[in-house]
Amino acid sequence: MDWVQSLRLIAPEETLSIVGLVLLLVAAWGGDKAARLISILAVAALVAATFMVAPALCGGAMGPDTSAFFGQFRADAFASYGKILIYLSAAASLVIAPAFFERYNAMRAEYPILVLFAALGMGIMVSAGDLLTLYIGLEMNSLAAYVLAAFLRVDGRSAEAGLKYFVLGALASGILLFGMSLIYGFTGSTSFSGINAAISGGVSHGVVFGVVFMLAGLAFKISAVPFHMWTPDVYEGAPTPVTTFFATAPKVAALGLTMRVMLDAFGDQAQVWQQIVVFVSLASIVVGALGAIGQRNIKRLMAYSSINNVGFMLVGLAVATPQGASAMLFYLATYVAMSMGGFVAILMLKDADGEAVEDIASLAGLSRTRPMLALALAVIMFSLAGIPPLFGFWGKLLVFKAAVDGGMIALAALGFAASVIGAFYYLKVVKIVYFDEPADVVTGESDVWHKAILAVCCVFISPLGFLLTGWLGRLADTAAQALTAAI
Amino acid sequence: MTGFPILSLMLLVPLAGALACLFLDAKGARTVALAATLINLALGAVLWLNFEVGGPQWQFQEKVELFHGFSWALGIDGIALLLIELSVFLMPICIGASWNSIEKRVGEYMAAFLLVEVFMLGVFTAQDLLLFYMFFEAGLIPMYLIIGIWGGADRIYASYKFFLYTLLGSVLMLVAMLWMIHEAGTTDIPTLMAYDFDPRVQTWLWLAFFASFAVKMPMWPVHTWLPAAHVQAPTAGSVILAGVLLKMGGYGFIRFSLPMFPEASAQFAPLIWGLSMAAVVITSLIALVQDDMKKLIAYSSVAHMAIVTIGLFAFNPQGLEGSMLVMLSHGLVSGALFLSVGIIYDRLHTREISRYGGLSINMPRYALFFMLFTMASVGLPGTSGFVGEFLSLAGIYQVSTWTTAVCGTGIILGAAYMLYLYRRVAFGEQKNADAAAMPDLDLREILMVVPLALAVLWMGIYPESFMAPMRADIAALDARLAQAKPRGDASIAVAKDKPAPAEAAHEGAH
Repeated sequence: MDWVQSLRLIAPEETLSIVGLVLLLVAAWGGDKAARLISILAVAALVAATFMVAPALCGGAMGPDTSAFFGQFRADAFASYGKILIYLSAAASLVIAPAFFERYNAMRAEYPILVLFAALGMGIMVSAGDLLTLYIGLEMNSLAAYVLAAFLRVDGRSAEAGLKYFVLGALASGILLFGMSLIYGFTGSTSFSGINAAISGGVSHGVVFGVVFMLAGLAFKISAVPFHMWTPDVYEGAPTPVTTFFATAPKVAALGLTMRVMLDAFGDQAQVWQQIVVFVSLASIVVGALGAIGQRNIKRLMAYSSINNVGFMLVGLAVATPQGASAMLFYLATYVAMSMGGFVAILMLKDADGEAVEDIASLAGLSRTRPMLALALAVIMFSLAGIPPLFGFWGKLLVFKAAVDGGMIALAALGFAASVIGAFYYLKVVKIVYFDEPADVVTGESDVWHKAILAVCCVFISPLGFLLTGWLGRLADTAAQALTAAI
Repeated sequence: MTGFPILSLMLLVPLAGALACLFLDAKGARTVALAATLINLALGAVLWLNFEVGGPQWQFQEKVELFHGFSWALGIDGIALLLIELSVFLMPICIGASWNSIEKRVGEYMAAFLLVEVFMLGVFTAQDLLLFYMFFEAGLIPMYLIIGIWGGADRIYASYKFFLYTLLGSVLMLVAMLWMIHEAGTTDIPTLMAYDFDPRVQTWLWLAFFASFAVKMPMWPVHTWLPAAHVQAPTAGSVILAGVLLKMGGYGFIRFSLPMFPEASAQFAPLIWGLSMAAVVITSLIALVQDDMKKLIAYSSVAHMAIVTIGLFAFNPQGLEGSMLVMLSHGLVSGALFLSVGIIYDRLHTREISRYGGLSINMPRYALFFMLFTMASVGLPGTSGFVGEFLSLAGIYQVSTWTTAVCGTGIILGAAYMLYLYRRVAFGEQKNADAAAMPDLDLREILMVVPLALAVLWMGIYPESFMAPMRADIAALDARLAQAKPRGDASIAVAKDKPAPAEAAHEGAH
């Protein structure tokens, strides 16, 4: 393993870092007038990085050739799958932002740069092969995210969201660090392969404690119950483009990271953490579904929906098989599309003055004033509920199929039954949009970029998405294989 | 006709129509919807004419590996053929029934209706387990919208109840399906129908499928969504709900529960008998006291579906053929009855029975057709209702005389509530001036009821046309069930020992 090879493997990260630093200089001299230019360049950098990581996924890169810096960093197909989702969602979050921020005169040059650095950190998270890499990526992403949540300085809710996110996020990072230190102390290694080798003979109590603390910290990052409390507040308070970003890319990164830690470092001792994940998964499904029922703000509703969906994805992790990992990755791709579409649709809900409408009751009769937007919302809601023939169904089916094939039939039955509770509040949105008399609140014009991204997401999760099952399924299989082969 | 993908075409025509309707004005949408359903009716006729009676079990098979994990596999046997014919026959009538009564958002309405047709036909043609499930579930979305947007005053509650009830039923079935795919290693329905699952596991699989089909059927006591949905749905929605969607439950039993889990089916037969007996008696009595016409017919549907289930779980060809005929006949008759209610509802905008009276004076033609459908619902010989009910009861008599006795009362009670309804609506004095002033059927309405009346008489007088296509499939199913058939209590040879099933069934009736 030489340095040249290592530096070549982290080329996408290098590109993003250099572009980010250069853009920071541009911002320093150009000021906020250059915000649009910086946005365009940042999107270009993210798209370029996507193309740089794509070959690893298509070529099924795995094994020792993909590990850089003595195993601290892995540029395999799994990392590539995660990074493609992360970079694309980050790019989309940049594209949808100007139309929103310009109204508040808040389209500042820092926004694209922060998103860029967050995306860089997230890329490092899914590539982590060592506890230290993991922590660096996580903090790089988190620090950018705290600022982003508070980005709308004039808005009190945004500042509150940023503060809440920071305090609770710092606490979770502390818990995570504590778990990592325990694991280092009891296994004598920070690298995943080292930990794996150290516990192959059995797990001591100290390691179990470490795993529990690490899972608690990671559960915070993926907003899984019982560490989900921050999610509705942050999602509601943060500016909607930032919420869109939070609901997509960091979810991929944190879930990818959790998979790495659990299936790679602790993959041989799955019985240690499986029960925890089963509990977290079922609790997230149920709490996410029940919590959403009483919500009046659509962003809060989507926050609970994301908790609910994370629960479904964790079913795939709980099985601890390559099939489960693949199902989880597949679900992630559809979830990113649904979530992105959902929040872009929310961005498009504006009253006659262009003020954002977030009250669910104000959406009444939307189907008559804005039929296409209403149809898109209905498609997204039914897809999130997992009703066939929409594509969201297939992700659910795959994780539960993995659970049934892995012998966890009770988990599958309970999870499916709980999904009916979730269907209730998705139906409620459809009911308000389609059945109620028009409230004529949402009349504002939509940005063309919003329409384009919403259209792409909706086509992806429409029944046409099923044509992709073969292709996307193969990619997810390759990525899962790379993850489990890394040991 | 081999090689030509006629089944895919039958799914494609309404789908294209639905997409077109979304972008058309009211008039255009009505025309397109009618055209699409009529094309499908013509295709259905072609399908029937080309169906080879006594030929291979599965015909018109198509298989394209479009997806990962499941395939676009279609194909039909005689049982599916008849249900497809029923669907394509009722659809143009539904569009006709909505012609004037739906005034708001016509394009969306027609699109939703055509989507219902796509998914119904998909359920009956799918030969892949997951494809079947997708069609089975997908039908909920347009039906939810139809009830919720164009329904009556209490439509929101009814639409939720309909959606969540049926969804909860079917998610358990999905878990069972996933296990079956894991165990058998295939999603191909014909293969699974011949696969022998471990009898101990069959119990659980059967229960999971039962949860779904019993709700869909609907069987007592999980029928409560049906009256709510029927009463609130627009006329055409009720017609399609009673006419075809309920048949998905019966189709599910005959396609999945019976051939895939024969041992479990025999094990649970007493449960089915018990629930069916309870359903026949209880829902008939409930129907007797209804003031709302649609509710009365909805409860009568539950009673008729109970006759279907006892026929299915009689484990002999008479019972199976009888229950298929009851399903077809009930599809026509209950559809026609809901249509008849809709015709007078359009004039007076109330479903309350006491607001009508003496309609035979001012609406003689209407009274004639309504009489025919009432008689068919009662099961008068010569109408479609008689053949199926007789066969079903004859079938169950061979296994459980108690069940036959109790369910036989359903015929009497059925006559009571239907004739009582007819007397209150069509005979007696014309006590309400507005009801007495209602005009008789117009041309559009005659065009809708005459085909239904002809079909009802055809099935009553010459049922062989309908029995011939499915005879071989019923025989195959009967052979498959032979290994698990419960012993009957009506054959003299086994009269020595008391069979257990009859006792359990007897208890279920209380």
